[in-house]
Amino acid sequence: MRFFNAKFLARSDTALSTSEDLLGSLSRRQFGLTAAAALAVPTALQAHQAPKISSKGTYDITVDRVRMNIGNVRRRGVGYNNSSVPTILRFKEGEEVTINVTNNLNETTSIHWHGLILPFRQDGVPGISFNGIAPGETFTYRFPITQAGTYWFHSHSGFQEPDGAYGAIVIEPRGGERVRANRDYVVQLADSHPHPGRKIMRNLKRMPDYYNRSQRTLQTLIKDSRQDSLQAALRERGMWGRMRMMPTDIEDVQGFTASINGLSTSQNWTGLFRPGEKVRLRIINASAMTYFDMRIPGLKMTVVQADGNDVKPIKVDELRVAVAETYDIIVQPRENKAYSIIAESVGRTGLVRGTLSPKEGLVGAVPALRPKPMLTMADMGGMMHGMGMGDHVMQNMADMDHSNMAGMDHSNMAGMDHSNMVQAGAGDPFYAEGSGLTPKAYNGGKFLSYSDLTASRPRYKHRAPSRTIELRLTGIMERYIWSINDIKFDDAEPIILNYGERVRIRFINETMMAHPMHLHGMWSLLDVGKGARNPIKHTVNVNPATTVDMDVEVDEPGQWAFHCHLSYHADAGMFRKVVVNGGPA
Amino acid sequence: MQIYTIAGAAGILLTTMSMTHAEPLIYGFQAERLEYRNGDNDENVFVWDFDVVAGTDELKFVWRSEGEVVEGSGEFEGLENQLRLQFPISTFFDAVVGVQASTPDDLPDRYNAVLGLKGLAPGFLEIDADFYLSDHSFFRFEAEYEGLITNRLILIPSIELVVPLQDDLAYDQAAGGATVEAGLRLSYDLVGRAFSPYIGVNYEKSFGGTADLIQASGEKNGVTSIVFGTRMMF
Repeated sequence: MRFFNAKFLARSDTALSTSEDLLGSLSRRQFGLTAAAALAVPTALQAHQAPKISSKGTYDITVDRVRMNIGNVRRRGVGYNNSSVPTILRFKEGEEVTINVTNNLNETTSIHWHGLILPFRQDGVPGISFNGIAPGETFTYRFPITQAGTYWFHSHSGFQEPDGAYGAIVIEPRGGERVRANRDYVVQLADSHPHPGRKIMRNLKRMPDYYNRSQRTLQTLIKDSRQDSLQAALRERGMWGRMRMMPTDIEDVQGFTASINGLSTSQNWTGLFRPGEKVRLRIINASAMTYFDMRIPGLKMTVVQADGNDVKPIKVDELRVAVAETYDIIVQPRENKAYSIIAESVGRTGLVRGTLSPKEGLVGAVPALRPKPMLTMADMGGMMHGMGMGDHVMQNMADMDHSNMAGMDHSNMAGMDHSNMVQAGAGDPFYAEGSGLTPKAYNGGKFLSYSDLTASRPRYKHRAPSRTIELRLTGIMERYIWSINDIKFDDAEPIILNYGERVRIRFINETMMAHPMHLHGMWSLLDVGKGARNPIKHTVNVNPATTVDMDVEVDEPGQWAFHCHLSYHADAGMFRKVVVNGGPA
Repeated sequence: MQIYTIAGAAGILLTTMSMTHAEPLIYGFQAERLEYRNGDNDENVFVWDFDVVAGTDELKFVWRSEGEVVEGSGEFEGLENQLRLQFPISTFFDAVVGVQASTPDDLPDRYNAVLGLKGLAPGFLEIDADFYLSDHSFFRFEAEYEGLITNRLILIPSIELVVPLQDDLAYDQAAGGATVEAGLRLSYDLVGRAFSPYIGVNYEKSFGGTADLIQASGEKNGVTSIVFGTRMMF
């Protein structure tokens, strides 16, 4: 409270709300200021917490025990600035920021600035960048803002992030936003769970399907045997059973309440617009475990940024946001009506609806969950050599493939047309061919693929990597052990990179789950075959049974975290320390 | 008394383990059975079978307790406590070493070393296969399957096979004379997986020399029970 003074109030128009920045710059010229502001500001004020700004460039954040009240999640959690509604930090490219983080918890905490390029001591990973922030202590982060775009921040201690310790970062480019929009909103997704993170981990370790309530049952067996034959259905189940794998193993932790900016469907996060305005949505997936498919029925979404870096605008109908990724989209609602913002989990076990509305109080429609997908033998492809299964199993798999696919086609993707599926499989090289996870837009239209992403402004001169580091993403679902190259973090040596080199990281996913891999401190240049125009990311999703390459310009000294961003996978051991040798002291 | 000693030892071991491992402790209580059996031999018993687990991926410490208390008399017809160390030997199986104490009322106490396997067999069969080794050795095999009728309504067939490797006349056990127990329980996950009440049937029958010993002692061989109880997991 000591800093809550006139300076804070004076700066509040740039720091407080989601939309005022733009109202201040663009729409002031384009539209009547008062009307737009009157519409936009109240919602924005409700929707987010802001840090206290004690002086220019100095921000105060407290880490507190808070009461979560999100759908069916009513429990104590962790929040910033005494709220379960995420805080937004608004920075300007080129400024030097000082952030005082006060830990009011009775355990150590930390804040990691996800996607920000900064000195490694400021990166906020206990045990790698610093020692963490002890209870009662205030830690001061100080670093220059050298980039623009949408990012986020979260605790890197224990399970504080799944328990609610996350917020958003919006950095305005030097010289103002490059993409013109009249409204600008953060849409931060999360998957709050009634169980605290520690309990979830304990339950997963003892019973990996503890939270999987989408398993196949007698009912689905009857349904499948009607579609095909009992024999085929049983044979297909026998196949999975012999492998001791579940095709329904897509979302480890179900039973969550999805939220937008800390608000559930019924709490209905709302962004206001006037018909014809361009609305920028900064989508951030701050979930612990859940990938979301995003759509706004009735509107095309133009993707303009991925992981904070501008991409060549591409119009899509739906996009998948892996955990920890961000996408900025522009929409232009022309009708004077409410539009639903729908984030539906990839396993189709939960969704959240927010509303884009011309006025307060309107509520967008809530669609039913689409049929649950199932993994196919294609998604298992990576496991086979990893688990050392013999030719016998492989042979069986080849036999099985057809009936399995048929089963999937009929029972789980009802209404899905086969030709589309083949197309989709062939069309998105970032999914195993025939994968049960291959997405399809709700209206049959365009679904964003990694291959659609093209960097607007390359950050580096393109050059060939000097070497390739292979990282096999590995795990044993039955034990809930997750690892890299079959070695858990606790038993692993750090990955050594040399300052000044360009190194290629090759992810080979030998598990049946997708893993969002996040390298701290340096950009991940995701190889989509566009050379210098490959998208610049901080989080790279690697789907089951696929191999994904990314290049890293090793231009930051120090030591960094590198891990799967699914909270419980990271904690189980799919995590590495990266040490950069050499470089400026 | 022995229970307390065992529990105390468990406590000490848990503390040391949690201190020596950097990874968070995996721990919990899991009761596969906590039930009332209404048998067709005019005997009603209260039965439990639970594990208390603590440890890591690499090494788990388990206190396993099984007991049968006769309704009315309160007599412990069976009382068995085990301290087991469990560590992975393959993707799906753990090896088990431990000690077992069998201390029912009116029967001599028995102590065994335990050597076994625990894991998941193809087809999602949960398996426990243990040798109990002493002057009165026996082998016990347990298998259980969770058949999902819905995602919460679960039909659980189970089978337990005990084969005495040596005679133990006090316990009515003859070498090679197997006892088979088969069960079918229908459980419903009422509160998450924490509390899952069930109803079911249980059938127990002995063969060979063991059957003869049971008949000689005037007890019924081939007992069918109606059971109701709950599974629990914390």
